[in-house]
Amino acid sequence: MISLQLAINHKRFPAATGSPERTLYRDFTLDVAAGTTVALLGPSGLGKTTLLNIVAGLDTDFEGAVRFSPKAPRFGYAFQNPRLLPWRTVLENVLLAAGRGTEARARELLTQAGLGAALEAYPERLSLGQQRRVGLIRALAAEPDVLLLDEPLASLDAQTAARLEAMLARQLEARPATVLLVTHDRTEAGRLARRIVTLDGPPVRIAADDPA
Amino acid sequence: MSGLTRLGWTALSLALLVAAWQIAAWLAASRLLPGPAAVVEALHRAAEDGALFRNIGVTLARVAASFALAMALGSALGVLLGRRPALDRVVGPWVVVLLNLPALVIIILCYVWFGLTEVAAITAVAVNKIPNVAVTLREGAGALSRDLDEMAQLYRLGRWTRLRHVVLPQLAPFFAAAARSGLALTWKIVLVVELLGRSNGVGFELQTAFQLFDVAMVLAYALAFTAVVQAIELGVLQPWERRAARWRR
Repeated sequence: MISLQLAINHKRFPAATGSPERTLYRDFTLDVAAGTTVALLGPSGLGKTTLLNIVAGLDTDFEGAVRFSPKAPRFGYAFQNPRLLPWRTVLENVLLAAGRGTEARARELLTQAGLGAALEAYPERLSLGQQRRVGLIRALAAEPDVLLLDEPLASLDAQTAARLEAMLARQLEARPATVLLVTHDRTEAGRLARRIVTLDGPPVRIAADDPA
Repeated sequence: MSGLTRLGWTALSLALLVAAWQIAAWLAASRLLPGPAAVVEALHRAAEDGALFRNIGVTLARVAASFALAMALGSALGVLLGRRPALDRVVGPWVVVLLNLPALVIIILCYVWFGLTEVAAITAVAVNKIPNVAVTLREGAGALSRDLDEMAQLYRLGRWTRLRHVVLPQLAPFFAAAARSGLALTWKIVLVVELLGRSNGVGFELQTAFQLFDVAMVLAYALAFTAVVQAIELGVLQPWERRAARWRR
């Protein structure tokens, strides 16, 4: 399992547009022990998604470092905007990320998430909530060492959210990963995470760091 | 509107065109405006000795060669310019110059520099079309989704997988647009190239008919060739476009 050490000495936002720059992060550190689920709570627009992007290596425009130990991880990322390939079916989208020999598991996960009837559908025919579920399943099916979840249960009805939450918990029990969970929902955070980090700012700082 | 009704309307519209043509021919009563019957007769004459099919075949081969060359080089150039803004700042204006250069000038220069050869003919047509393709594909490459690119990076999709599943489907509509306008432009320029410097093909036959004032033969070749190009459009381009867009809502 992979542990994670994040140090953002300085991160500006926005980096390259005409609007005035502001400092998003300054001297921010976060260590996450291997196999831990950490929930990140904080007001929207604070820069939580930016933090996930930095950990994922998608945002490299900052001063600082992200260290993984003992090795570079495989990632899974449930993006807020699901980023599915519109010209591939739901199942194909999951398989592309998960790789060969994963079809049975992918089908099972999608079915568990209530998408059994949509395996061969193209994403544009699904609701946004369904598309986001596909994004979550894609992240899980990739068998990640580090799993990044950006409001994975937002915009779902209570019943579906509960079902997905249970499924997520089951999957992480069966195949532990180091998880960063961005959410607004403190009770959801309490149920899924072992540690709850409350953020405020800007610049972003850790206001509270509690065991769940 | 169902397919059959649309087909019916098209047939009716074409029949009206033929009727108007017939009436105009009657009123003109001149060999410079032959009626439909005279043109069909000319078509029959050209088909009988095989010249019609031979010439259309030769012209189509030239269209295919120059079209393929222009699509391949133009796409590569367009994608490169779309992905490398620094290069686009230097090469972009050249493309605009080429885009505005009259086709005839390019044809003349190719014949002067490379001689009245097949290579010169095909090069001339391709060079006419390349900037068009490049501009369209540049737009496509500039609009590639960064979100999907990042997704591909995160899930470590291989180079080939990325190209096939992420990049090319995004470029497909631009490629289709370039191909559609490309085919129409290419075959028109091929005829001019043949008229000016080849000794066979539809363009050459048109020139011969022109010199003899054989308007019936000009119209016969025009009709036959238009029908062939229309068949390619309906039989190849449109099905491909439908297939490429089947995921759309």
